[in-house]
Amino acid sequence: MSRVLLIEDDRAVRTGLELALTRQGHAVDAAETGERGLELLRAAPPDVVVLDLMLPGMDGFEICRRIRTGGELPIIMLTARNDDMDVVAGLEAGADDYVVKPVQPRVLEARIRAVLRRSGGGSANVGPPPLERHGGLTIDRAALVVTKLGAPVGLAPTELRLLLELSATPGRVLSRQQLLELVWEHDYLGDSRLVDACVQRLRAKIENDSAAPVYIQTVRGFGYRFGPL
Amino acid sequence: MNPAARLLGEARSLRTRLLLAFTLLGVSTAVLVAGVDYVQARDVILQKTQDTAVQTLTARIETLPGLGATPPNQAELEEISGRLSDRDDTAIAVYRDRRSAGGLDTLPPELRAAVREGNVVWQRVSVAGHPVLVIGTQLRLTRPGGATPLPSGLEIYSVRSLDPEQLSIGRLAARAWLTGAVALIFAVLLALLAGRGVLGPVRELRRATNRLGKGDLTARARVRGTDELADVARTFNNTAEMLERHVGDLRRMESEARRFVADVSHELRTPLAAMTAVTDVLDDEAQRLPGDAGRAARLVSEETHKLTRLVNDLIEVSRFDTGTATLVLDDVDVAEAIRATLRARGWSDDVETDLPVGVVVRLDPRRLDMIIANLVSNALRHGEPPVSVRAHGRPGRLDIEVSDGGPGLAPDVLPQVFDRFYKADTARARSEGSGLGLAIARENARLHRGDLTAANRSPAGAAFTLHLPRPDSEPGDVR
Repeated sequence: MSRVLLIEDDRAVRTGLELALTRQGHAVDAAETGERGLELLRAAPPDVVVLDLMLPGMDGFEICRRIRTGGELPIIMLTARNDDMDVVAGLEAGADDYVVKPVQPRVLEARIRAVLRRSGGGSANVGPPPLERHGGLTIDRAALVVTKLGAPVGLAPTELRLLLELSATPGRVLSRQQLLELVWEHDYLGDSRLVDACVQRLRAKIENDSAAPVYIQTVRGFGYRFGPL
Repeated sequence: MNPAARLLGEARSLRTRLLLAFTLLGVSTAVLVAGVDYVQARDVILQKTQDTAVQTLTARIETLPGLGATPPNQAELEEISGRLSDRDDTAIAVYRDRRSAGGLDTLPPELRAAVREGNVVWQRVSVAGHPVLVIGTQLRLTRPGGATPLPSGLEIYSVRSLDPEQLSIGRLAARAWLTGAVALIFAVLLALLAGRGVLGPVRELRRATNRLGKGDLTARARVRGTDELADVARTFNNTAEMLERHVGDLRRMESEARRFVADVSHELRTPLAAMTAVTDVLDDEAQRLPGDAGRAARLVSEETHKLTRLVNDLIEVSRFDTGTATLVLDDVDVAEAIRATLRARGWSDDVETDLPVGVVVRLDPRRLDMIIANLVSNALRHGEPPVSVRAHGRPGRLDIEVSDGGPGLAPDVLPQVFDRFYKADTARARSEGSGLGLAIARENARLHRGDLTAANRSPAGAAFTLHLPRPDSEPGDVR
């Protein structure tokens, strides 16, 4: 059972989602406003946050940023439209995934399980040794700790999982669609902007210069690859 | 247009007609004036010359001394000729067959005949290309007592060159030609000027009309002056202004209607989100609810799903209509993407595929998924097996064809098949889909700068083909 914090201003939607998520076995805290949501978050830290972007007062983007500065909690945003500005802005603010309203409960459930698995630990890769060094970057696959020049890097679960997948096969190109399947557990035809936004955030944390990346390189026409250094 | 027709067209043009009319008028006036002048002047000159010559001859004859013997001999004829000749005139004295030397070699016989009858006559003849005036008369014998003089049979001819007169007349002719030429130039210039005055506004109107015809409703003609052409230009401008206003109104109304649909769809979304969230609960409970309550719960759940699909499609359509639909592009392996679409909907076993390996196209995977899913779903529902998806890459483009083995589409249905809410089978009031699927699929294809077409295949079956442009890119650069 996982603890879900639901922040949604519309009463009917909030009640409906609370009902559905509770039935699927989650413990749900529901908040009507962003401020109340942050209070609940401090009082009882959840495992995942489901966040409506359009809120009165403090909006979803701001909440996203505050949660990101405070920790590495997975965030799934609810957007009323798959309107591209909203999605991009939400992903840049640090959301891990998004669903479009009206959302089928089982779709939301699948996304929640996927982000929870990401924060749960890296069991996917057994082959490589637990401690890897790539230039100034050290990846401990067992402890799920990444250090850069000896200093630990705070990575959100999705960012960490993306780094683990890419670094498992240095030099091999993975397409955005492959990464969506591997990291986000979406089917093949997902939104590649999830990958791009996550790569940007990851680069900002591990690269010396995000504009001239060394670790996460773009291969135009194919996707991304780790190195070669 | 062949050259002859073009020439004919030019001949009919206003400009040519104006030019011709002015030239004709100018030249005919000049010819008339100069011609009449020329003829009169020429006659006056010749007449004067003739009169002078005749007077001179007559006066000289008066001064001749009396004749000696008759008939006169050759020496006397030469002497008379010498007395009557001077710088300008050469006289010839003739008696029967005898004549003095010089002057003309042969005298015109009709002239001699007239002189013999006692008349004073003159004639212009041409000698070696030079015009010459010949005057002839007969000497008379004066009888004492004032009786009528008698003809003597001695003929006197005076030959005078008309070269100076010819020169003057030639100058006159040259002046007439010059006048004609100047008049012609003036006429052409005037015609061009008048043409510009008329044709300028006409050309301006034509330009404005063309722009209007091409859809530029702000096209206006410049109004110059107060003549009839200016009136036409003003009328044109008023009409264009009215048209622009009406079209503007229509566009505004249309965009308002579109925005209304978009707003309504968005407003419907929130309650639907709440309802959709609990459909699973309803489905679960419906099995346990007795009789009517269970059936009612199932109905609400099913219709909620349909309503959701409809509203989603409406929002999709309204985003195309308001121009807010955008592509989220990615480099996608087409075969892999189509297989994922079929796999995600559990169609992999029902659909045959013929997909080339490793064709990567830059497109919006979500929209490709929507297009393929819609076409395959239609083929499975309305057509008959075998349903197949084939892709073949060509230089610069990629064609994906979804076909079935059914009876195909009726010819009258084909052109309407992409219309919104169009239903081929009117008996079926509501089908599985929203009625917007094919319309959205085609909008999605066009958003990719491609197209979606429908056709019947021989021997049977309907085929929908998605055409996607594929710019020749060079993937593999490291950025």
